[in-house]
Amino acid sequence: MKYLMKGNEALAEAAIRAGLKGYFGYPITPQSELLEYLAAELPKRGGVMVQAESEVASINMVYGAAGTGERVMTSTSSPGFSLMQEGVSYIACTELPCLLVNVVRGGPGLGTIQPAQSDYFQAVKGGGHGDYKIIVLAPSSVQEMADFVYRGFDLADEYRMPVLILADGAIGQMMEAVEFPEYDPEKDRVDHSSWTTVGQPEDEERHIITSLFLDPDIMEKVNLKLQDKYKTIQEKEVQFETVMVEDANYLVVAYGLSARVSHKAVELAREQGIKVGLLRPQTLFPFPSDALSNYASKVQRMLVVEMNAGQMVEDVRLAVEGKVPIEFYGKMGGAIPTPEEVLDQIKILSSFKIVKGS
Amino acid sequence: MAKTRGHVSITIEKCKGCELCINECPQDSLEMSENINQKSYHYAVLVKDNCTGCTNCALVCPEAIIKVYREGKKKSVANLSNIQEDITASVD
Amino acid sequence: MNRETVEGIQCEFLDDLDIVADRPSRLLDVHMHYCPGCGHSVVHRLLMEVVQELHIRDKTVGIAPVGCAVLAYDYLDIDMQEAAHGRATAVATGIKRVRPDLIVFTYQGDGDLAAIGTAETVHTVNRGEKIVIVFINNGIYGMTGGQMAPTTLPDMVTSTTPEGRDVTTHGFPLRIADMVALLPGARYVTRQSVTSAKGVRKLKKALLKAFQDQLDDKEGTSFIEVVSNCPAGWKMTPVESNQWLEENVLKYYPLGDLKSPPKE
Repeated sequence: MKYLMKGNEALAEAAIRAGLKGYFGYPITPQSELLEYLAAELPKRGGVMVQAESEVASINMVYGAAGTGERVMTSTSSPGFSLMQEGVSYIACTELPCLLVNVVRGGPGLGTIQPAQSDYFQAVKGGGHGDYKIIVLAPSSVQEMADFVYRGFDLADEYRMPVLILADGAIGQMMEAVEFPEYDPEKDRVDHSSWTTVGQPEDEERHIITSLFLDPDIMEKVNLKLQDKYKTIQEKEVQFETVMVEDANYLVVAYGLSARVSHKAVELAREQGIKVGLLRPQTLFPFPSDALSNYASKVQRMLVVEMNAGQMVEDVRLAVEGKVPIEFYGKMGGAIPTPEEVLDQIKILSSFKIVKGS
Repeated sequence: MAKTRGHVSITIEKCKGCELCINECPQDSLEMSENINQKSYHYAVLVKDNCTGCTNCALVCPEAIIKVYREGKKKSVANLSNIQEDITASVD
Repeated sequence: MNRETVEGIQCEFLDDLDIVADRPSRLLDVHMHYCPGCGHSVVHRLLMEVVQELHIRDKTVGIAPVGCAVLAYDYLDIDMQEAAHGRATAVATGIKRVRPDLIVFTYQGDGDLAAIGTAETVHTVNRGEKIVIVFINNGIYGMTGGQMAPTTLPDMVTSTTPEGRDVTTHGFPLRIADMVALLPGARYVTRQSVTSAKGVRKLKKALLKAFQDQLDDKEGTSFIEVVSNCPAGWKMTPVESNQWLEENVLKYYPLGDLKSPPKE
């Protein structure tokens, strides 16, 4: 059964079907529809929705509720996500499961309400203080806005950490057909009762959730445990999509909205005889470093297309380790690249002589 | 009518010498010892035998180290459901 | 050797006596880091007495603050969650909303509740979250070394007001309990102190009332302020600090009920 829905609302509907128990959020453009949808629907379907007094309060409500083991989430846009960083650091350290959504808009500062991808660093490299990571999923369609919710909650429960859906204003606002899969949130649900703070029977030890470890040896152990977890996630949870890469001489790397635009540009380029393909990361952490490293042995050059000043391109460079030149094309401040602009970049890429046997 | 008889027992090793119990005792039965405990605090001791078991000292003690005894089936002011161990005082 | 029986008056007739006061077992038998004479420790004890008397240990969650009581979970034998500075009431809201069956309380100092956490405090009470807020007001930031708090009295010397609090620069002491008592979402707002046995008994009653109300799922937030001392921060002995409190602090923060629960 397909529905025609706005990205934000599809995400909200998927969250309810995935067993969302508590939503705590604050309005901010371009994602307020998510709040509004949940305000109308969630209380009718087994959950609670609280419009908090700020994003700071929202993330801390999520932190508290996550300590009970229930499925909880918040959503916001870039300036709001900045406010949430302390809370995300706490949730990451205390290893609580939750779903976060950042519908990115142009910045920095108060910025614009137009879409952007300028929060990649904030999402993937930390944002908050300390050595931690969060899983970052990057949808590029309304269908993925829904699909990544189920995956996000499952990953959050499995690995006990925040999972961020890093969307952008356009995907949040656009309307496309979306299907919701059959999903039973109670089936194979992870049992969190060994650590949740919900009161324990008289004769059992109390549970404590804290990120304060004044003894450096203990703090180190906490950090090593987290790093171990991230290593496992890097090995097992990478997801990406490839388009026309089998015989490609050039590779475009883009995610989210940029990937949609680049996909069109790649098709146009192919019509003109340029053998170019697209690699679209769907997980930004864990990053498809191995895949990119492999493709670096097969293609001549890569082009990274982003709606920012150059953020994911750094991770592409790290993955490729200098094997091939990496070009970058970015639009900042809420401007969206057009397929023609990306096509021009691909043409420049393909104007370099092909080096045989490399 | 005879005054209610009571007694207090203080875990002196945990006393931090704050003297709040001494200040609160209506019988002036408590005083600071000349000696110090392992944490180098002077500690409170019972110096008179006129304790009535009013529990004022235990109520203000920040370390919760005062055990108060009182005779009779009078209504207690503090919770008893926590008694776990044998209350027989040891004599050396 | 049990040192407590070596010194002082011994009791010949101990067998005739009942124990009428003792350390609650849910107050863990560990050394508490609070300074000698600190009010925090007294309130910790009372909270555990309440938990035991109401038999709610299997459904109680406390939220620890950032401040002197940051390690409260090392002393209280109940489930606890550490909150970021100021955010305890937001954390409590999250817990209570998804698990309304749990008994939830926050334990906060004056920086946590009335400086960085003011928005959360006001809005939590405004929403009438069915939790208990325990607010330890000692007019100073103890843990970080004795700086001014929003509730510090005028002319009081602290490490950031070495000449005494100047109200033209630093504003006036904040009567946050009075502020939240105005909110319809507040059920029970009271101000108590633990400087005397009488005060301790009254606070215990207030805590029992607040926790029983939450157990009975009554509407609204219970807000219990404890005007407390800080002997180390105020640079006085414990006895002096309680005296100073009674003579000076209570003028600004008078004791009593600022809002009583509705009669039912």
